[in-house]
Amino acid sequence: MTDLPTEIAQSSSVSTGRFVNIGERTNVTGSAAFRKLITEGRYAEAVEVARQQVENGAQIIDVNMDEGLLDSKLAMRTFLRLIAAEPDIARTPIMIDSSKWEVIEEGLKNVQGKAIVNSISMKEGEAVFLQQAKLARSYGAAVVVMAFDEHGQADTAQRKFEISKRAYDLLTQSLGFPAEDIIFDPNIFAVATGIDEHNSYAVDFFEGVRLIKKHLPGVHTSGGLSNVSFSFRGNEPVRRAMHSVFLYHGVRAGLDMAIVNAGQLDIYDQIDPELRERVEDVILNRRSDATERLLEIAERYRGQKGAEQKKDLGWRTGDVESRLAYALINGVTEFIIEDTEEARLASDRPLHVIEGPLMAGMNTVGDLFGAGKMFLPQVVKSARVMKAAVAHLLPFMEEEKLRTGLAGTSNGRIVLATVKGDVHDIGKNIVGVVLQCNGYEVVDLGVMVPAERILEAAVEVNADMIGLSGLITPSLDEMVYFAGEMQRRSLSIPLLIGGATTSPAHTAIKIEPAYSSGPVVHVLDASRAVGVVSALVNPETRSSYWEDTRKRYARMREARSGGQAKPRLPLGRARAAAHSPDWTSYVAPRPAFLGAREIRDVSLGHLLDYIDWTPYFASWELAGRFPDILDDDVVGSSARALWADTQTMLRTLVAERWLSPRGVIGFWPANSDGDDIVVWTDETRQEERARFHTLRQQMEKENGRGQFALSDFIAPVGRGADYIGGFAVTTGHGEAERSAEFVARHDDYSSIMLKALADRFAEAFAEAMHERVRRVEWGYAPDERMTPQQLIAEAYRGIRPAPGYPCQPDHTEKATLFDLLEAPRHTGLELTTSFAMTPSASVSGLYLAHPEAAYFAVGRIDRDQVEDYARRKGWSLSDAERWLAPILNY
Amino acid sequence: MSRSSRIAALERAARERILVLDGSWGVMIQKRGLTEADFRGERFAAHPGQLKGNNDILCLTRPDIIADLHGQYFAAGADISETNTFSSTVIAQDDYHLDAAAVRDINLEGARIARRVADEWTVRQPSKPRFVAGSVGPLNKMLSMSSDVNDPGARLVSFDEVYAAYRDQILALNEGGVDLYLIETITDTLNCKAALKAILDLEDEGLEHLPVWISGTITDRSGRTLSGQTAEAFWNSVRHSRPFAVGFNCALGADLMRPHIAEMSRVADTLVAAYPNAGLPNAFGEYDEAPHQTAHELEDWARQGLLNIVGGCCGTTPDHIRHVAEAVAGLAPRRPPQRPRALRLSGLEPFELA
Repeated sequence: MTDLPTEIAQSSSVSTGRFVNIGERTNVTGSAAFRKLITEGRYAEAVEVARQQVENGAQIIDVNMDEGLLDSKLAMRTFLRLIAAEPDIARTPIMIDSSKWEVIEEGLKNVQGKAIVNSISMKEGEAVFLQQAKLARSYGAAVVVMAFDEHGQADTAQRKFEISKRAYDLLTQSLGFPAEDIIFDPNIFAVATGIDEHNSYAVDFFEGVRLIKKHLPGVHTSGGLSNVSFSFRGNEPVRRAMHSVFLYHGVRAGLDMAIVNAGQLDIYDQIDPELRERVEDVILNRRSDATERLLEIAERYRGQKGAEQKKDLGWRTGDVESRLAYALINGVTEFIIEDTEEARLASDRPLHVIEGPLMAGMNTVGDLFGAGKMFLPQVVKSARVMKAAVAHLLPFMEEEKLRTGLAGTSNGRIVLATVKGDVHDIGKNIVGVVLQCNGYEVVDLGVMVPAERILEAAVEVNADMIGLSGLITPSLDEMVYFAGEMQRRSLSIPLLIGGATTSPAHTAIKIEPAYSSGPVVHVLDASRAVGVVSALVNPETRSSYWEDTRKRYARMREARSGGQAKPRLPLGRARAAAHSPDWTSYVAPRPAFLGAREIRDVSLGHLLDYIDWTPYFASWELAGRFPDILDDDVVGSSARALWADTQTMLRTLVAERWLSPRGVIGFWPANSDGDDIVVWTDETRQEERARFHTLRQQMEKENGRGQFALSDFIAPVGRGADYIGGFAVTTGHGEAERSAEFVARHDDYSSIMLKALADRFAEAFAEAMHERVRRVEWGYAPDERMTPQQLIAEAYRGIRPAPGYPCQPDHTEKATLFDLLEAPRHTGLELTTSFAMTPSASVSGLYLAHPEAAYFAVGRIDRDQVEDYARRKGWSLSDAERWLAPILNY
Repeated sequence: MSRSSRIAALERAARERILVLDGSWGVMIQKRGLTEADFRGERFAAHPGQLKGNNDILCLTRPDIIADLHGQYFAAGADISETNTFSSTVIAQDDYHLDAAAVRDINLEGARIARRVADEWTVRQPSKPRFVAGSVGPLNKMLSMSSDVNDPGARLVSFDEVYAAYRDQILALNEGGVDLYLIETITDTLNCKAALKAILDLEDEGLEHLPVWISGTITDRSGRTLSGQTAEAFWNSVRHSRPFAVGFNCALGADLMRPHIAEMSRVADTLVAAYPNAGLPNAFGEYDEAPHQTAHELEDWARQGLLNIVGGCCGTTPDHIRHVAEAVAGLAPRRPPQRPRALRLSGLEPFELA
């Protein structure tokens, strides 16, 4: 006698193993998780459920969409079509499961393979039964026939057999239905329900199977296994034991297949002998007190997990302090609540847990981080553990405060914000997390926060300092304004400046002079934040640190005033030295269409291939080129851990479409007019529709390549047809909501990861779009074939310069681009008052196709060009100086 | 001869010898150098859009050419010739904006032309009766494959639409007098199942039963149909229609098709048919396998007992068919195996439970 597991193991999808697993998890009536996915329309995840079933050994997949609130036909069709596209799922036959014939028929219209209909029966009489059987046959399906007739479901062995026999005769004799395409389901009912009549249900089932297999040649038998253990809902270990035992005896009776959770069949021999014996008593109805005896011991098994996961849990044997330290350093959240609770019970006050073991652990993290032995991703993961622990303690602390009036302490309170007009916040969030890890209380006001709100909040919470972040150049101005407002309001708390566009020089030259009553410090990155903050919070070190910084910034200002104003060419001479391609021989390629066109057909999965991962690691302050960084001596292990977590998130992110890529591209007839680019309404090139203004290099160049402006790469007015393109793409829709969910769950690690990924997807979208433009939409390089590395290295013809970047440092040009593209309507993107795009995971720019078009940096420009530019833009000189502040050479 | 006696003769002939199907139509029509005017004829003179390239419409506008081609293939030794109706469904003809009435007429006339020529040859050679297979081709729209790379669930047609289109074609072919249906060049088994359901339903409603020949296409060296099924999975999906014959055609030359025909020969308890292309196309899209090469390969299969029906697909000519007919003449046809009774299902791969 072989036992069940061997039989299961030996059966394969292509053949005649004696017992067949039918996956039950893709059934909305049997799996609450699957029902939730389907009712919420999360089909990508639902498809993964099917995949897991197959991976776990299901040889047939049962699909059931019978849910009152669902359009079951639509759900059936949608799901079957989706799994048809997954070869590793679609390789298996489908069991189309519904109590409604119309749903079954919809299923049959959407499977190319030979499926099983589950089920038909004689409950509505012979005519309907035969009609449905005939239809199933015309679609080429086998059928499950339930032991169910006009009088109801069969419960005794005899009735199970009699109904099956009657159905068999009808099918084979009236319809010529092949016996081998008939599968009888003699009804598995729940046992151990406390009702005596139910005690023999399993035995009746086995006997029914035996009779059917003996007297009805050619047919097979099946059943829905989970019914049998229904009375032990919530006690998975007992249910699983019941399933194994039931199958063990069912297979011996001739059961060919059953609808099971393919991943959760315990091995009969490995069931705890005591449990197995009592389960067997129940299943085989061997003694009158079988149910009571199983109930007696059932509770003992509740909550036990299967024999899966055997991680190294050696660290769990230490005392609670060492366990907390381990969890913090290794970023393990799994046991943090129970360990925190244990520590709390052992402490006088909940606060002592934070100040004691938790802070000790975080200090270790901080030391390791400071020593370069841990890196940012790990620190953020540690913070996630810390936050979970603190969240657990918080209610106890509140309760204690009410009771005793005792308050907690913190190292200091910091208000953080991304300034008005700017939407970038990854860096700010990282700084916030790192500060929190070090015992600071962080009040994060978010993005696009007006100066007034930040100042009010700082006063209201009695902040110890304010940290401002910004990524785009106009934010620099806002920071200067903010510093002036602090001065005006007579504040004296420190102001910290950070973000990609900020610099020590700008802070020294522009911001610090605006605020003299308190310290102004530029913070290069998150790893420096704690050092700066602790030096400024501590009364003993504050004044000396402030003094040092002031001296340093003063020196920078002096160096600047002394050595600055590098020689610039006068604008006229720079223009005379403009780069001028040979326009006589140049025929500009004509784009496939003119005007703006929304891009809707780009998926995240497609964009994956276009991601440049190096900047992603940089956003976590891990320096190095991808993929070499994964093997780096110093940061390699940290990078690998981050990479693994990233892959995990990516899979879900892509499958569940967390982000919605939206984009628009456009092409227009255009010609250059001096340093401007005129965009025409149409090919007649008579009427000006819009005008891009470009800036020209004025540095003295020795390479003889000319003084570039973007207009140099467009044919001048009167020199023939030329075109310019533009694009705006975003992958930011959906990011904010989900990031907020992560933060609400104290999971900044995932929140930051998602933001960083959204940024990468946006860049990838721009890269993919540019490739498609070159090959198809503009089509001047239809045969271009680039590897991802070549794409990243920009080894192709044409450029896509973005306003606000070195080729055209003026962000306001985005407004013209957005108008032409009707970007808000097509993509949901908006521009802030500082011309930042929101949502922030977005890229926009121009397309220039000339073969000589190249990226360059305008560099610093002189007053003559600023005046000229102001005239062209219709600005006052001071407007121009404000928007061009970062590149003024004076 | 009545149709039922012709079908009986077809079944008898199939037991006695290897039957020969005709060869390609596309190449032969192309050789005529027809102009847009030929395709339009009088009936479609004012039809919007180009009709050149719509070979099926020649059944109505140049029936002389179609009759001539049937005659050439029968003269070369074919037992069975296909109607020139490969794309004659409202769905496939939508490319040419033809309405249902025009599509029906193509099928009807296509069947009648072939019937007339076949009957003439049967009268001329009563010992070798000639048969007409109603060609039911694939659609440019598929039921199992997404029409949008970014949406795996997207489809351009529904099962009901495909079913209705095939149903109309089957009815017209039957009415026009074909002896059997040849559902061919099947790229998507679900489309084929819609056609089979149309036939089964029509016969259930009283239409005269005709034999069905089902011919799939293994598209490349992956050894699967375009919709992803293996040969055996494909067979399990269509066997419920109890076809007269099953096999493969198109996409591959004889050498590459062989393993799939061998597999079908092993699993199918019905006649097995093969009509490969004349090799793989060369750099110019032309087929240059010589008639004797094709014949040599197929003769070898026949000697191995793999075949009941042979013929040619893309690139083959009456000359190919003549060589093939001569090569398999006198060779014993394959004897379909008796297979043990089992529940045989399929997804992309076969499933069997004894």
